[in-house]
Amino acid sequence: MSMNRREFMQMLAVAAASGFALNSRSALSAGSSGSFYDLPSFGNVSLLHITDCHAQLLPIYFREPNVNIGLGQSLNKAPHLVGEKLLKSFGIRPGTREAHAFTYLDFENAARTYGKVGGFAHLSTLIKKIRASRPGSLLLDGGDTWQGSATALWTKGQDMVDACKLLGVDVMTGHWEFTLGAERVKQIVDNDFKGKVNFLAQNIKTNEFGDQVFDPFVIKHINGIPVAIIGQAFPYTPIANPRYMVHDWSFGIQEDNMQLVVNEVRAKGAQVVVLLSHNGMDVDLKMAGRVSGIDAILGGHTHDGVPAPIIVRNAGGQTLVTNAGSNSKFLGVLDMDVKDGKVSGFKYKLLPVFANLIEPDAEMATLIKNMRAPYEAKLAEKLAITEGMLYRRGSFNGTFDQLILDALMEVKGADAAFSPGFRWGTSLLPGEAITMEHVMDQTAITYPQTTLTEMTGETIKEIMEDVCDNLFNPDPYKQQGGDMVRVGGISYTCNLRQGFGKRINNMMLNGKALDPNKKYKVAGWAPVGRDATGEPVWDVVAGYLRDKKMLTPRKPNMPRLIGVEGNAGIALAGR
Amino acid sequence: MNQLRRSFLKNAGAVGTVAVAIVAGLLKPVAAFAAAWNSLAFAAKDPSEAIKNAGYDGAAQSNDIVIKAPDIAENGAVVPVSATSNIPGTTSMAFFVEKNPTPMIASFEFSNGAEPFISTRVKMAKTSVVRVTVKAGGKNYTNSREVKVTIGGCGG
Repeated sequence: MSMNRREFMQMLAVAAASGFALNSRSALSAGSSGSFYDLPSFGNVSLLHITDCHAQLLPIYFREPNVNIGLGQSLNKAPHLVGEKLLKSFGIRPGTREAHAFTYLDFENAARTYGKVGGFAHLSTLIKKIRASRPGSLLLDGGDTWQGSATALWTKGQDMVDACKLLGVDVMTGHWEFTLGAERVKQIVDNDFKGKVNFLAQNIKTNEFGDQVFDPFVIKHINGIPVAIIGQAFPYTPIANPRYMVHDWSFGIQEDNMQLVVNEVRAKGAQVVVLLSHNGMDVDLKMAGRVSGIDAILGGHTHDGVPAPIIVRNAGGQTLVTNAGSNSKFLGVLDMDVKDGKVSGFKYKLLPVFANLIEPDAEMATLIKNMRAPYEAKLAEKLAITEGMLYRRGSFNGTFDQLILDALMEVKGADAAFSPGFRWGTSLLPGEAITMEHVMDQTAITYPQTTLTEMTGETIKEIMEDVCDNLFNPDPYKQQGGDMVRVGGISYTCNLRQGFGKRINNMMLNGKALDPNKKYKVAGWAPVGRDATGEPVWDVVAGYLRDKKMLTPRKPNMPRLIGVEGNAGIALAGR
Repeated sequence: MNQLRRSFLKNAGAVGTVAVAIVAGLLKPVAAFAAAWNSLAFAAKDPSEAIKNAGYDGAAQSNDIVIKAPDIAENGAVVPVSATSNIPGTTSMAFFVEKNPTPMIASFEFSNGAEPFISTRVKMAKTSVVRVTVKAGGKNYTNSREVKVTIGGCGG
């Protein structure tokens, strides 16, 4: 009974968000919407920035995290602020449209009120509007663009390549792009992008001779002003993702080389130097303090929707550091006033893309529709109805990850399960039908095999400690920017006051302490090694959901955290 | 000119890789190596003992030894490490991976004013301090840098 009402509500929300229904017109005529995107131009150099859209071409829901813990130098500072703490820090009024965009607060109600976010047709309209008052502006794409959806996987990124060209992307760098394989990336860069989009990475070199694989920078003239854009790909691609996919290439942060490239472009006359970065925000903040001569770092990877730039002082003056969220939810706009050869002032706005406030661009909508047509039936298959909200983001777990863990353990007959701490993946509201497309939004990768491995309790602990250090190593250069591996079947404590090897304790399975010497059956997916052959994870999850038909609310298995008192990056009550 | 010299030295570094393979027990040292082989140092299981046996006891910390190494290794089996000594009169340089079962990796001698720059690859089983020691003007100097080795996956 209540389900029917929920489904009905959901239909309304979908209709509103799609931009067809009465709701959208009423939203547009509501008054506030007209001014929401009025952004007066400023200065003479404007850069628009999107990042980590993860191939989401249609509007979606995306719940920001209620757990995004920072420690040490990152403690209680952006991006490690959640909920009310974030709103307070950036002066955003609670209960508003913007508060909804930047936080998880009252997510279900707010999402039903304000509708879906993102979508390339909507983004396209917004970009055209912003660029109309900013002649010569550039559109920069921070990467994680060609991965994250079924269609991007099935077309080997072609849908996104075509959509980005139509969107008007000028410069790009990458991360998940490389999981299509080095050859495919080169094919796109050397053909589709040739003469149209600069794909940049100062930090990718060949393993053999240390030769540059992509151009490290490009200098563009904006209203007569030479502006250098430097590209920084995700430094740990061969570690976080399968190395064999890029086996001839070496990545890394390459801080020394970054300084050399900045010096080089300055020597060539660049009056503005901007880094288009896929470092992740903590790495960008550290780098901004150590490399001088960069005016702004437009960052991604960690999916942090940060409303205002963080200003970092360094030997050369200051560097702005931004991060523009994920899933096509935001458009960053950086306006700079360049006088006497240097940046004398700036304005920055991270605009949330609310689909029901923006008329979709017809040409982009057609491209998306045509591209999806052959796959539409498969994508639309309704697998089950979810009674609870499903989302992924969070330092330790999310409800959709719990669903994946539950499916892995049940289908594989495992004692425990691991699921990677990816930060992409969309959100579903209670009462929505989980479609095949939704499952693919959480799982569409080029190495989707599931595994069932016998591991000793000791090995399980070692894996968890290793991944935990990738989040909480005190040195941002030694973090990888993903979240903690999601753990099913094992409860544990995580002591954030401790260092490597000592954080994970009190591990229990079925009410018994985990025996370091005993072997347990552990299910997982996304192996970085070459030889796994298990059924793709989306089939495991889809099969599980078809059986269930109704999915009860998932309770994410969360560790008991020690050492987070007063940490502004955690708000567990607000789940 | 400088570029040429650098690439020559880089190639010399590649020869160093062979030496590393020998040290790591992958190849048996051939007779040609035997003369300079400091077996006491290379066989030592403890880093301070290896450093001592190699003749670098009491080395003073120096930032004039510039070590380049990844913050996180992409492949623990071949971690690129290079070091330059800016200390005048440098005559030898040695590499140690402190957490390796046998920490001493390689040692190099510079004669006739050769530039003290070595680029090599080391094998690392787990996160460790990589230590470089040099001799210059009859004194010992050292610097170090941590390289993290991780199981990978789960990122992004």
